[in-house]
Amino acid sequence: MTTHPTPTDPVPPPSTPPIPSAPAPSWQDEATGPTRSERLSALAQQHGALVTLVVAVFAAWLSFDTFLTTDNLSNMAVSSAFLAVVALGMTFVIVTGGIDLSVGSLFALGGVLAAWGSRYGTAVALLLPLAACALIGLVNGLLIARSRLAPFIVTLAAMLGARGILLAVTDEGSRTYLVDKDSFFAKLGQGEALGVGVPVWITLALFVAGAVTLRRSRFGQYVYAVGGNEDAAALMGAPVARTKIAVYTLSGLCAGLAGALNAAWLVSGVTILGSGMELEAISAVVIGGTLLTGGFGFISGSLVGVLLLKVIQNVINQIGSLDSAYQQVVSGGFLAVVVMAQTWLGRRRRVL
Amino acid sequence: MTTDLATPRTKATDQDRLRRQLQDYGVYYGVAVLLLVNILFTPHFLSTENFRTQAVQVAPVLIVALGMALAIGSEGVDLSVGSVMALSTSLISLYLGYGIWIALAAAVLGGAAVGVANGALVAFIGVQPIVATLALMVAGRGIALVLLPQLKDVHDPSMASLGSGDLLGIPYLVLIAAALTLLVAFVVRRTTFGRQLLAIGDSRPAARLAGLPVRRVLILVYVASGTLAAVAGVLATARLTASDPTSLGTLMELSAITAVVVGGTPLSGGRVRIGGTVAGAVLIQLLTATLIKHDLPPSWTQIAQAVVIVLAVYAARERGKR
Repeated sequence: MTTHPTPTDPVPPPSTPPIPSAPAPSWQDEATGPTRSERLSALAQQHGALVTLVVAVFAAWLSFDTFLTTDNLSNMAVSSAFLAVVALGMTFVIVTGGIDLSVGSLFALGGVLAAWGSRYGTAVALLLPLAACALIGLVNGLLIARSRLAPFIVTLAAMLGARGILLAVTDEGSRTYLVDKDSFFAKLGQGEALGVGVPVWITLALFVAGAVTLRRSRFGQYVYAVGGNEDAAALMGAPVARTKIAVYTLSGLCAGLAGALNAAWLVSGVTILGSGMELEAISAVVIGGTLLTGGFGFISGSLVGVLLLKVIQNVINQIGSLDSAYQQVVSGGFLAVVVMAQTWLGRRRRVL
Repeated sequence: MTTDLATPRTKATDQDRLRRQLQDYGVYYGVAVLLLVNILFTPHFLSTENFRTQAVQVAPVLIVALGMALAIGSEGVDLSVGSVMALSTSLISLYLGYGIWIALAAAVLGGAAVGVANGALVAFIGVQPIVATLALMVAGRGIALVLLPQLKDVHDPSMASLGSGDLLGIPYLVLIAAALTLLVAFVVRRTTFGRQLLAIGDSRPAARLAGLPVRRVLILVYVASGTLAAVAGVLATARLTASDPTSLGTLMELSAITAVVVGGTPLSGGRVRIGGTVAGAVLIQLLTATLIKHDLPPSWTQIAQAVVIVLAVYAARERGKR
């Protein structure tokens, strides 16, 4: 150690001024591969919700004879289907690092427009809500991507506005539009195939399509890139604005479709539906392992998240004496715990 | 405030100046225009009774918005305020048997406790404010409904006089709202806490590097927001002489955020405009009152409010950080 400076030696001036140390970028870690604890936390993040779901179902099966009955399960599946379609669109939005608070209102608007349009045939009943909700989603996306407004505030305004349009369409909520029970449109909601409700099949198909899109398509790559680091994505040549516009349009489309399917299932358009649905959808996506900071998430996780929420609600309903107030306390507490765990896992895995 | 000394000053174009004017004073122009329209076209608008009604109605929204302004100034948001109002109204009814002061203390402490939970999630765990307060928004209303499952009338003379009494012709509600406004304005402008809050909202990493007590300040911000929302819940209960945990404070987070944002406080934090927040709350109240008085249906109010939010944020979009 001949070069080691003794206290009397003048310290050679550093060639560059010291830079305040920034956290090491994650690519430096990845040169040596993820450590064991990083791999474990990644696993927990990816499959934690699924494990919890299995445990919850098992516990519910042991506690209630009425849980694992065909009736209860198929009811749960159909009612999960609508939320799941909303959560599918929300997953894309959240992976880009955004948020969509308007989905509850769009769900209700889609349902009422579908019920109103069903008198002109199934095509109108489906296309009208899809077009209207996609249009509102498009406006959200344009304001967020082109005018650079905060997603949270834009979609908050859309939530108010869509509810207002809904009230205007239904004479301030006093009119209910019914769907003809024998129409093909009603079959979309009420029909069954192989003993499973049609909405469940539609939802499953949409999730497969969504998962393939997010994982395998170029658009999916852009969605991850925009959420991971917007500036980097732009430098790489990803169409940042177009991607954002597309995800908000998609989210509106999904919410409208879910509303239309729900109206077909209920054979009427109910104005008061969907309030608080944005929270449920966000909860489901977050529980499913998607990071709210963007850039990381799974479509399958959102489906698991929806099922987990519905199982918890179902269990609380089965207990019976506990009413919806407890349901809210449990869901809120559960969300808090999940987000805490996720933040903790995420912090171990990478610098957020 | 954020003048960049490195870039040479260029002459602001007329368009820039107009936009800045709109950003800073737009909300006041909006209030002035609405007042003028009402004075000209609304019968019986210019009466003491009407002003009193409007002021009493705006008071709870304003108090909640003050807390929201602090949260937004710290680059956060508090979605749980509506649920905190519900919680405080439940607590009032539950503890009124032990005397009014105990009941008031329970209500306010309940709000502060929710604030501590929000603040701990944000400051210590590092959860995004929107999600942390979302969890408390869902759970808070649940707790309120567990404590008090349905509407309950409040028969208490002191609560009744708090709700409808006045001092020299000015309702207590308005006086309390005015006092709290001055207090919050003082805290933001003149205290160390206020400066630390704005510094954290401007850039949390920078504030941390500068040695500011980031966690303590963030917790205090959410405690303040929760406490103010609880006070608003108490006042709303006093005015309605009933506790209604099901519907009290629903969509309040929306109105409060609107008031703050329309008032010119940027969502990106680092800046709080209390005067603008007051004007924002008044603007929303006037807008609603105008549409209702001219027999336009409630749906129009919602659409109008949505448009106002988007316009306000659009006008302010160049301001603040990117």
